[in-house]
Amino acid sequence: MKIINEVSKSTETFPFSGSVQELLLHLKINPETVLITRNNEVLLESEAVEDSDTITILSVVSGG
Amino acid sequence: MSCSKCSEKGVLELQHGVLCKNHFITYFENKVFKTIKKFNLIGRNENVCVATSGGKDSLTVLYLVKKYIEKEKLQSDIFALVVDEGISNYREHTIEDLENFCKEHKVRLESVSNKEVFGHTLEEAYPIVNKDTKKKPCNICGVWRRYLLNKVSRDLGATKVVTGHNLDDEAQAVMMNIFKANTKLSANLGPISGVKEDTKFVQRVKPLYFCTEKETRLYVLLKGFTVQFTECPFSHVGYRAHMRDMLNDFEYKYKGTKQGIINSFLQLLPMLQEKATENYTPIASCETCEEPCNGKVCNACKIMEVLNEV
Repeated sequence: MKIINEVSKSTETFPFSGSVQELLLHLKINPETVLITRNNEVLLESEAVEDSDTITILSVVSGG
Repeated sequence: MSCSKCSEKGVLELQHGVLCKNHFITYFENKVFKTIKKFNLIGRNENVCVATSGGKDSLTVLYLVKKYIEKEKLQSDIFALVVDEGISNYREHTIEDLENFCKEHKVRLESVSNKEVFGHTLEEAYPIVNKDTKKKPCNICGVWRRYLLNKVSRDLGATKVVTGHNLDDEAQAVMMNIFKANTKLSANLGPISGVKEDTKFVQRVKPLYFCTEKETRLYVLLKGFTVQFTECPFSHVGYRAHMRDMLNDFEYKYKGTKQGIINSFLQLLPMLQEKATENYTPIASCETCEEPCNGKVCNACKIMEVLNEV
């Protein structure tokens, strides 16, 4: 799975399949602080993601 | 998971169900419009100044207040006002987004900077002021920003200043005041800011009061607004960042925590406001700049006094 993390401004690839919630747990990211998209489509925490997916992590927090 | 109201794909799971893109946008906009109506934040024939930074909250509130004025045929004018604090690699990018947004949505944009009024950018002032007073950058920034928003909006004939404060911001402020035993300051919070009325104060109102930061981020994404999602480089220095992280941890473990804080606070607010008016001292004029203040010299001028000593 390819992860484009716009919070940490980094890209990483690792094997993963499961739910969005499990992915965020794996990455130690609080789901309250991000939105997750796949092909510009917003995903719910309960949705499944595959190893072949490219996932983007968007920051919810901005400003001061 | 599908939308609870139709068969479209869900984009957000709330406590009362899942919403698709269209139903989320309707839900979000109605929440903002209901807040404006319930608390009478904007009326007829007003001159509304929207305090903007180019970030997600201010662009959202600018867009929706304009939409509300048009929808309700209020015949009120609206303009955007930006304060350029002078924070390099941050504010110039958000101002560019703001200029494009205002152009596209045909909103007049006014601007003012710390440099032109106070002679220093925030970056220049912070090390000097901090050395003498230990003030954090957010303390200086907040004082100067509130000063400029009030003064410039009043000079431009505004009857209201709209800010983009959301539910997360307000819950953080309430808890920060409790943790620091500054509950007196909380009397100034709420959908309408401030307790004391004075002709020199322009009333500040918060239409995004019941919208979470995550909802606002999703709204901006789904509406396709161009916004920089960068944090102020000084934000990590502040107490607020720790409070934000703590409340997000609680919200994850106990859904509805932030809303619970706000609901409890709104029940207490009338008592806090009554208490605040018991020892009411009339608003004075700053001896230096004649802007409204509680003591002899306003906080913005006190910062200037430190800078002028150097």
